[in-house]
Amino acid sequence: MRKAMAVGRKEFWQIVRDGRTLMILLFVPAFFLGLYGYALNFDIRHVRLAVMDREHNRDSRQLISSFTNSTYFDIVFTETSMADIERLMNEGAIRAALIIPEGMSRDLRSGGVAQVQVIINGDNANTATTVFGYAQAIVRGVSAQFQLEMITGGQRRPPISAEPRIWYNPELTSTLFLVPGLIGFIVMISSVVSTSMSIVREKERGTWEQVRMAPISNVSYVIGKTIPYFAISLVSAFFIIAAAMVLFGLPMRGSWLLLLFTVSLFLAGALGTGLLVSTLVDSQSLAFQVSLLISMLPTIILSGFIFPIASMPAPIRAVTYVVPARYFLAALRAIVLKGVDWHVVNMELAALAVYAVGVLGLASVRLGRERL
Amino acid sequence: MPAVTVRDLTRHFGDFVAVDHVSFDVEQGEIFGFLGANGAGKSTTIRMLCGLLKPSSGTAQVGGIDVGRDPEGVKRRIGYMSQRFSLYELLSVEENITFFGGLYGLDDDAIARRRDFVLEMAGLRGRERTLARDLAGGWRQRLALGCAILHEPPILFLDEPTGGVDPVSRRQFWALINQLSRGGVTVFVTTHYLDEAEHCHRLALMQAGRIAALGTVHELKGIFSDRAIVEVRTPSPMEALRALDDLPSVEKTSLFGTALHVWLRHGERDTAPLRQRFAERGLETESIEIVQPSLEDVFMDVVERAPGASA
Repeated sequence: MRKAMAVGRKEFWQIVRDGRTLMILLFVPAFFLGLYGYALNFDIRHVRLAVMDREHNRDSRQLISSFTNSTYFDIVFTETSMADIERLMNEGAIRAALIIPEGMSRDLRSGGVAQVQVIINGDNANTATTVFGYAQAIVRGVSAQFQLEMITGGQRRPPISAEPRIWYNPELTSTLFLVPGLIGFIVMISSVVSTSMSIVREKERGTWEQVRMAPISNVSYVIGKTIPYFAISLVSAFFIIAAAMVLFGLPMRGSWLLLLFTVSLFLAGALGTGLLVSTLVDSQSLAFQVSLLISMLPTIILSGFIFPIASMPAPIRAVTYVVPARYFLAALRAIVLKGVDWHVVNMELAALAVYAVGVLGLASVRLGRERL
Repeated sequence: MPAVTVRDLTRHFGDFVAVDHVSFDVEQGEIFGFLGANGAGKSTTIRMLCGLLKPSSGTAQVGGIDVGRDPEGVKRRIGYMSQRFSLYELLSVEENITFFGGLYGLDDDAIARRRDFVLEMAGLRGRERTLARDLAGGWRQRLALGCAILHEPPILFLDEPTGGVDPVSRRQFWALINQLSRGGVTVFVTTHYLDEAEHCHRLALMQAGRIAALGTVHELKGIFSDRAIVEVRTPSPMEALRALDDLPSVEKTSLFGTALHVWLRHGERDTAPLRQRFAERGLETESIEIVQPSLEDVFMDVVERAPGASA
């Protein structure tokens, strides 16, 4: 244990003196959080809308004001013609257009189906789908009101109305959903990259040979190497979480102790991954590339950070079971957004623990082979 | 009991035999030099003796411990310093000492005591807080040596310990090594510098995985006792080499730095035929004289005669 402490203390001095490592551990995470936190936002607001109203009556005005009041749409042009709409859409001045045909009210009152047209710029399929969903919801709402009005003779209040209550993230802001993923992503990258460089750097400088000549067990060495990175990454992770609360309004509904435990397990696995990489490669540049690749891609694509795991094809979904970020994200979201107890996330915690022990064990074994 | 006992030590890498049935003893307090070209098997031998590499066959005992059975036990009894003076650049002199002391399991008192010793020995008093990367070569070398002997090992392995260090520092370094040896520490050293090998009590020349020659510096030079080596200094060494090609009294020739070394045949000590030949060919010479064989001559001779030697 004395030997592990010696390694840990040495490693800590090195990290503190080596600006590069400290930057990877502290500055890069903050930078990523700012960059991704603001850029990654799937909510679409203030879609520029042109309106072509051929009806000009109370009903059509009501429909238009429903669009305006939704805040999803900003009406930037009214009284346009078809030719105007085509030109504005081409110029990119509008992303959507609402066309209310003559005779809408007549069709409505006669019990028939009145049609309005919504034109959406489909050059970005994701955005178009979202905008279409908004438009559909608004039209449906207005149409329900019209229907009611006809039945009740002017009284505009529905007898039964579904009032949605969205829990945990009432405004459905994607930021709240994304930030935990972002935290996992940043923590993973900075800890894997920094540890992967640590042993490789010793190989390059020749100090590795000196350490191998010393009577120290692999486990002591791995423990000693990991502890300082663990401590610094932990501080960094909580700094990111705190920043996410201040900048993006991330709530903290659960227990801090549980959060600390979860982050610790995740960090142990990430640091083990970094150590494992550094036992496999011989140059710092390769270590950097490999660790970036194996930490970044799975954490972005296969963890449920951006793409929901439930909607992945079965073979890919199977792969996600070995991505530690998947469990971390599930647990983190549950803790900060829902405020759940430990027993709700115990499966995730167990998976993280298994990963950490496995990868640290593998790193020790690999290190042992390197030494002989 | 010898400090190091090696019997038929062999190591294969696949089909390649890096070390081939090597046997020798190193006595306690001896400075034992290990010479050989790159790839001759020097470093493979050292790695086995330090417990880093398992022997394929044969045995080696270091400090009474069998390296194949208890490599960790060997590591506790040896100090090791490599040609790279592997210090942590971003750590200060003091922190390097503390780290290596801790790595060998020394407690705080022992580290404090040995730190004073090493600072004194390496002449690093007053530089405790200097980062290792800011030290000049000679100081780095002495600090690396100090870090290797913190745990007071009875046996010290030095792998080409003086590379890239100025001559004054090299002399200081060897003075330290001699001091350790007088104190009973066994020193096992590999080197490329043949002049440095003269500091060793005994030398082993390694060639193609085998020990081609073993003995004291005096004994090794004695190989040439009945033969004369003539050193020729000339502005045109290549022409001079060719001129001596078919001279009956000459056994062989080689370039020696900027000069020419000419081995005369057994019993020959006369340089007149050489002078005559140079005069016939109109070659200028600065000096022609019989010299003591150097270790390099011995080394070249051994390497050329060894089986499997190329060129």
